[in-house]
Amino acid sequence: MYSFEFEKPSTIADAVAALGAEDAQALGGGQTLIPTLKQRLAAPSALISLSGIAEMKGVCVNDDGSVSVGGATTHATVASEAAGSYPALAALAGQIGDPAVRNRGTIGGSIANNDPAACYPAGVLGSGATIITNTREIAADDFFEGMFSTALDEGEIITSVRFPVPQAASYQKFLQPASRFALVGVYLARFADGVRVAVTGASEDGVFRWTEAEQALTKEFRPDALMDLRINPANMIGDLHGSKDYRAHLVGVMTKRAVQACV
Amino acid sequence: MTQVSMTVNGKSVSGDVEGRTLLSSFLRDHLSLTGTHVGCDTAQCGACVVHVNGEAVKSCNMLALEADGADVGTIEGQANPDGSLNVIQQAFQDHHGLQCGFCTPGMVMSAAALLKENPRPTEAEIRKYLEGNLCRCTGYHNIVKAIMAASGQDAGKIAAE
Amino acid sequence: MPKDSGIGASSKRREDVRFLTGAGNYTDDINVHGQAYVHFLRSDIAHGRIKSIDTSAAETMPGVVKVFTGKDFEGVGGMPCGWEVTDKHGAPMQEPPHPILAQGKVRHVGDPIAAVVADSLEQARDAAEAIELDIEELPAVLDMKAAAQEGATLVHDDLKNNICYDWQLGEADDAKVNEVFANAAHVTTLDLVNNRLVANPMEPRVAVAEYNRGTEDYTLYTTSQNPHVIRLLMCAFVLGLPEHKVRVVAPDVGGGFGTKIFHYAEEAFCTFAAKACGRPVKWTASRSEAFMSDAQGRDHVSTIELALDADNNFIGLRTNTYANLGAYLSTFSSSVPTWLHGTLMAGNYKTPVIQVNVKAMFTNTVPVDAYRGAGRPEATFQLERVVDKAARELGVDPIALRRQNFITQFPYDTPVALTYDTGDYNGTMDKLEVAADLAGFAARRTESEAKGKLRGLGINCYIEACGIAPSNIVGMLGARAGLYDAATVRVNATGSISVMVGAHSHGQGHETAFPQVVADMIGIDESMVEIVHGDTSKIPFGMGTYGSRSLAVCGSAMVKATEKVIEKAKKIAAHLLEASEADIELKDGQFSVAGTDKSVAWGDVTLTAYVPHNYPLEVEPGLEETAFYDPANFTFPAGAYACEVEVDPETGQVTIEKFTAADDFGNIINPMIVDGQVHGGIGQGIGQALLENCAYDENGQLLSASFMDYAMPRADDVPFYEVDHSSQTPCTHNPLGVKGCGEAGAIGSPPAVVNAVLDALNSGGKSVDHIDMPVSPSRVWAAMNS
Repeated sequence: MYSFEFEKPSTIADAVAALGAEDAQALGGGQTLIPTLKQRLAAPSALISLSGIAEMKGVCVNDDGSVSVGGATTHATVASEAAGSYPALAALAGQIGDPAVRNRGTIGGSIANNDPAACYPAGVLGSGATIITNTREIAADDFFEGMFSTALDEGEIITSVRFPVPQAASYQKFLQPASRFALVGVYLARFADGVRVAVTGASEDGVFRWTEAEQALTKEFRPDALMDLRINPANMIGDLHGSKDYRAHLVGVMTKRAVQACV
Repeated sequence: MTQVSMTVNGKSVSGDVEGRTLLSSFLRDHLSLTGTHVGCDTAQCGACVVHVNGEAVKSCNMLALEADGADVGTIEGQANPDGSLNVIQQAFQDHHGLQCGFCTPGMVMSAAALLKENPRPTEAEIRKYLEGNLCRCTGYHNIVKAIMAASGQDAGKIAAE
Repeated sequence: MPKDSGIGASSKRREDVRFLTGAGNYTDDINVHGQAYVHFLRSDIAHGRIKSIDTSAAETMPGVVKVFTGKDFEGVGGMPCGWEVTDKHGAPMQEPPHPILAQGKVRHVGDPIAAVVADSLEQARDAAEAIELDIEELPAVLDMKAAAQEGATLVHDDLKNNICYDWQLGEADDAKVNEVFANAAHVTTLDLVNNRLVANPMEPRVAVAEYNRGTEDYTLYTTSQNPHVIRLLMCAFVLGLPEHKVRVVAPDVGGGFGTKIFHYAEEAFCTFAAKACGRPVKWTASRSEAFMSDAQGRDHVSTIELALDADNNFIGLRTNTYANLGAYLSTFSSSVPTWLHGTLMAGNYKTPVIQVNVKAMFTNTVPVDAYRGAGRPEATFQLERVVDKAARELGVDPIALRRQNFITQFPYDTPVALTYDTGDYNGTMDKLEVAADLAGFAARRTESEAKGKLRGLGINCYIEACGIAPSNIVGMLGARAGLYDAATVRVNATGSISVMVGAHSHGQGHETAFPQVVADMIGIDESMVEIVHGDTSKIPFGMGTYGSRSLAVCGSAMVKATEKVIEKAKKIAAHLLEASEADIELKDGQFSVAGTDKSVAWGDVTLTAYVPHNYPLEVEPGLEETAFYDPANFTFPAGAYACEVEVDPETGQVTIEKFTAADDFGNIINPMIVDGQVHGGIGQGIGQALLENCAYDENGQLLSASFMDYAMPRADDVPFYEVDHSSQTPCTHNPLGVKGCGEAGAIGSPPAVVNAVLDALNSGGKSVDHIDMPVSPSRVWAAMNS
């Protein structure tokens, strides 16, 4: 790792101020960032840890029934604390990495990084969640801008994420056997006014909504509704672990299984 | 350099570290607690698992300064107060749950975390929980058996010899 | 009844206590006062010509002690290869130089170009970034068949081509082989790939070297399976140092699996630099570095043909293999595709005519050498896949076809240079059929089908040759080393014993199992015997641990030394008991005079040896004996494995539902440890079959360069294994009758897994002949939908 300063503010305001320094970078749980730093692929002047900010931690149910998750909340906390209020999201959090990673990794860190094979982007986009930062609210549909790219500005901090709770939802993850990220992960959420399907792991553009499937399932919520739908393999990731065709196929299978899990 | 202080295996310790000093380095290089091992640089192998405030974490994937003020437990602090092996350690020996010993500290620390939250895990739950701990020697058979035994289950019956 | 101590007892491992309490002493735990750290600047391209290296800026960076490049090693030897293979035309293999730091060219991603020694590792890394390189990129040589063509880009400019050797074993007369195939009632042919693997012991390699300018002694601490071999190679062939001035210590080592046999450039570098820098020098590999600097394994591309007569007897076998050696010859690389591979092509079968052809290729990839099984898994995979395919083509039961062709008479001379001393392949298969409940398979398949899954059963038989020897024969075959081993049994005055052994324990449990033998021979408690290993200053000599040789070879030396000790002790006892030496019996730690109640205890005799007041004049005081043991032959463990898988037809995902191993290891010293060795081997074999894939892209970039892309088997990838070791035909030529068990699981399991997957797919109505390993979901799905 290159040398950097470390700060651990206890308020959002202090964190924002610290991030104002040139080349300062926010540190969530560090489960992706620290390996990146070890490879010397990044050279921040300072890491501003968000783990000491109490107001950014925890899961709560809002008056309108939506669930808010603090940006510095670990996956393990979401897996346990959201189990009653939003079980599909809790289940997703419980499938990220491994237990030790889940004790450190945070939702804010994960979605700010927007790894194309990460689980949370599918859950956030599939739920139609709202990302709340120190300056504004961003709809999930506007937040994810392609592989490792988001709508966040320099120094902007995800303070929480607000999830509307669907009638039914399911995350189906097919493991990349080495990293255990998603080779393909599908998050399906059924709301009164329609179905949302978000896919991670599969596309070179990062997480995306499979709108054809959403339309078909909104019309008719059963596995067979997907029968004639095919994802175009052209934009899929093809690598050591699976061809483009295979990933396109898996999107269909995982979506079908998500429907089955919801009915 | 910044001073970091924490409790490690019940003892207060402190030292001067850089921002980039990893918790694993602090334990190994500053405190000479070399039982915590580093087997990879991508947070996958789990040889470095320790407990921070009671939770299993990968110490090579956490900055030492993040553990300032924390209560840290390592493999060196796992034995019974009289120095004898604790229940998990003893089960690993009884069931040959280790060979080269390099992954073992992380395995024991993960097993302890598992049994704390789930005192009688099934075989499948143990295997799933060990997702973040790689072992290249045992084929996992005797590790899973040892953890079942440590939780008071008849490992012999479940894993036929 | 299982025994509770001595030979045959599942004694708990004494080494476990230190490993379980964090008190192990691994090489990276060793820090020497004043040590500096080295960082290697490694090539990020697969093939290139070095035009210039400018280290001037790096040399002035903070903390830098010294910067080294290939120029600093021009007068120094390169990394040696320990086995000279002679090709089929009688010519020696092409043997290019392998410098410690690149000279002239870089030949694989990870090839070390320069080394920076600095006060801290981060300073060394900072300075390495300041080294200016001008390297002209050259086309990467990757595809072995293309590399063998005339006019192909050369990995080594001074060689005539990229073929290290073109080797043959077995029937040399092509016409005769052709005739066998022409007259066959059926010929089964299969093209297959044995995937390249990375051994990945959980402990990355480490070297710490120091030089004492007062005594001119060097000490090297290193992660090695064989410290004496490292000392010999480094002193005699690389650095030209006197062996008696160099101590090599391999302390606790966190797994080896073959990849820590070899003498590596980093070890020689640290030893050299410790003197050049006037400071101890430490190197610790990161896992990423291990992926591009540890010798890798396997990587064969083969075509195998099996000829059968009208009664389904095997009448001929021919294989053609391209074996990837990578960019340089690693220590034992040349022996792996030849004498450790071709010689195993008879397998368990009495095939009368066999021809094995191997072209070993240089490519712009990390060097390839022995990995758990080393050649034997590659041979077994070819043979057992083609036998399985033949059974399917002929519509016969795969077990029956194997049984029909088993060797049943021993000793048996194979057409590929080995003599199997003993075995009972039908007996072992009988054990498998019961242990695996093969009778219940049909019902289990029905259950799986009810869940929408395809279930398959895969059978595999293997034979392996362990404890490679004797030295005079391997010398004729090109080995540049002897393959004996040594042990010293040092009895202390109070009767406790230190046994200095040349074998090295890095997970195998020697510290527990070896004392069981010595204690059993004398009749004393195991706790009175301690094993000392891993330090050239403490042990007479040793060839180390690999090839499942430790107990068969070093254990035999230990038995011989113990016999000498007992013989001398009997002389002393005879004197004390005023009896004839011939009448002295040793049992349960008591020397007694046959037919009388006169006896003297072990401890009294040992004390007398060191306090020789009442002592036979013709006997020297003291009680310490050394023995070297050179085996008369290999040992031949064999086994039969069964794997049951479920395949998800929608995703191609394979899960191992049941895995059973029946092995014949001859006599067994510690059943618990032997079972553990087999479990571990099966785990690695399942890894090769389903998960692991060391892949390069078309430019020679390593695609699987970390655990993020190289899939290691995890606890939830594997089931509990059933193992049965009750089939025991003792080795006929070593004193313990043991055969070796370390590699069996890794040899026997990959074909069983792949055979099972193909059985599943074919049972589901798909006609699939073969899927290359790793049999990933993507590949299974593609095969089902092609």
